[in-house]
Amino acid sequence: MTPDKRADYWRANLRLLTILLIIWFIVSYGFGILLVEPLNAIKLGGYPLGFWFAQQGSIYVFVVLIFIYAALMNRLDKKFDVEED
Amino acid sequence: MTELELWTYGIVGFTFVLYIGIAIWARAKTTGEFYVAGGGVHPVANGMATAADWMSAASFISMAGMIAFGGYGGSVFLMGWTGGYVLLALLLAPYLRKFGKFTVPEFIGDRYYSNSARVVAVVCLILASVTYVIGQMTGIGVAFSRFLGISYEMGIIVGMGIVAVYAIMGGMKGITYTQIVQYVVLILAYTIPAIFIALTLTGMPIPQIGLGGTYLGDGSGISLLGKLDQVVTDLGFKEYTTQVMGSSLNMFVYTLSLMIGTAGLPHVIIRFFTVPKVRDARYSAGWALVFIALLYTTAPAVGAMARLNLMDTIQIGPVGEETGNLVYDERPDWFKRWETTGLLKFEDKNGDGRVQYYNDTNPEFAAKAEEFGWKGNEMVTVNNDIMVLANPEIADLPAWVIALVVAGGLAAALSTAAGLLLAISSSISHDLLKGVMMPRISEKNELMAGRLSMIGAIVLAGYLGLNPPGFAAGTVALAFGLAASSIFPAIMLGIFSKRTNNIGAIAGMVTGITVTLLYVFQHKGIFFVKGTEFLMPELGMGANWFLGITPEAFGAIGALANFTVAILVASLTAPPPEHIQHLVEDVRIPRGAGTATAH
Repeated sequence: MTPDKRADYWRANLRLLTILLIIWFIVSYGFGILLVEPLNAIKLGGYPLGFWFAQQGSIYVFVVLIFIYAALMNRLDKKFDVEED
Repeated sequence: MTELELWTYGIVGFTFVLYIGIAIWARAKTTGEFYVAGGGVHPVANGMATAADWMSAASFISMAGMIAFGGYGGSVFLMGWTGGYVLLALLLAPYLRKFGKFTVPEFIGDRYYSNSARVVAVVCLILASVTYVIGQMTGIGVAFSRFLGISYEMGIIVGMGIVAVYAIMGGMKGITYTQIVQYVVLILAYTIPAIFIALTLTGMPIPQIGLGGTYLGDGSGISLLGKLDQVVTDLGFKEYTTQVMGSSLNMFVYTLSLMIGTAGLPHVIIRFFTVPKVRDARYSAGWALVFIALLYTTAPAVGAMARLNLMDTIQIGPVGEETGNLVYDERPDWFKRWETTGLLKFEDKNGDGRVQYYNDTNPEFAAKAEEFGWKGNEMVTVNNDIMVLANPEIADLPAWVIALVVAGGLAAALSTAAGLLLAISSSISHDLLKGVMMPRISEKNELMAGRLSMIGAIVLAGYLGLNPPGFAAGTVALAFGLAASSIFPAIMLGIFSKRTNNIGAIAGMVTGITVTLLYVFQHKGIFFVKGTEFLMPELGMGANWFLGITPEAFGAIGALANFTVAILVASLTAPPPEHIQHLVEDVRIPRGAGTATAH
């Protein structure tokens, strides 16, 4: 594998990481802590929305993020031909 | 023997027989099996084992109570102890799996081409894991002494005996398969009572939805959380859904510390060395979080519902009317049972024979309470743990459910203890002995050394459980602080920054732990010895002096110090040699991962 291709693969990985970690930050630190008060004005059933993100929603998003990461990385591995045999 | 005791002995006994059976079936014959279960664990199975490894006595027994009394503030534990898996899955696990070795210090030693770095990592690992294991030991002792009529000491010895059988014989292999069974036991034990209670209070069997459902108790159509907010504020407590822990900033930093600490805990990381491929490590982290989320999204429902049940049991009518409060002599049976354990304690301060449970530290409400003739909060002790342990009794569930909760608590404590003990013993036999002192040791002897250090670790853990040092209560928080401030940054930089060299990494780790320990010791005493606290208010160093951050939440600041120092020092010293740069390149690419090896 050429050094250029290696660098491209790594850059693509970092880009994906950054996007996913921004979402990770927004749902927990953003919606669950920093913006909790304004979001609590909105109701999700009996849940104030900010409270829901802090005690439920962020956790569901975390799970989804990991599976998205795994699926997209597998695709990236194939594209750059670095997947395991 | 009562019906409850019969059920408890029956269910707990059955699970123990299962664990021993697995031990005999899953004996380790090679170091590969002893350290990483042979490297062939299916990613879903590993996810389940990781969930049991991770969810400790604290998660199972204490967390719902911390949320019940902390309200919204308790969210730091929920987000912190799950969000760490995102960091683990995206930043560490796949690369460490590609590296393909047995232990965390081994990666740090190789990547930073330095036995000193490896030894520093071993010290951090042992400090974090030993402090963590004490909490499991006390959890085991408590479960035995409260439910099985066995003394606390005997309970720890029995618990240690069980772990000893499967951890010494099977190493990681035995631990992995028992953890899978332990996960099933603990998740059933946690969710069954929660389903019953959610059904009673909201008519909705799924606790996660019930928590956002309608309260059926008074027919007013109010939401469950709305009702809870009302009930607690009526008695002067803070509103449940908005009550913060310290400040928003403190919650932010605390959550970050728990997340980074979770990702940096060696006993969790090594679980990802047991799957066959890099791809499996990525998915396995997702599965682990699925299994963890089942309990972690149920816990806030358990917390809120148990709190509401507790308040309703005591405040039976309108606040301030004489008949509004429970007559002490008419208290339910579970109340009596838990009084004998000391987890609940009542003092009739105004001598009216009724129970007044309210927030007497709220001056506004305390003034009102005095008009009612109340003389202070009479529930002088309401322990956090009661919210899970007494929950089935409060909800009047059958004896077998209570027995299942006991088995679940034990499964949570034993599975975590076993994982920690393996992390400790492998760092001794593989890192210190084979890595540093006797590189030429044969595999057979190393396996023997692994078993011997396992015995040593079990004896040490048992001893610390029987003679808990004064700091036992603060230990779990300390473990997270240490893992966050030392191990996580060293591994992450090792993968993501080719420029970080040996001197930078060591300086970073040492700074990280030092900063964290100093802040904790300043508040809680040097090595938690009472009277040696050294807060200096005259110098502006009063309690929580650094931006109002509590010592439990300080790991993130330690991590920040670690990152800063490591990058700075590395940039001023020589870059790592070429073969290390190649090693980093290699770790970043999945192709070529074999099973974890000793070479």
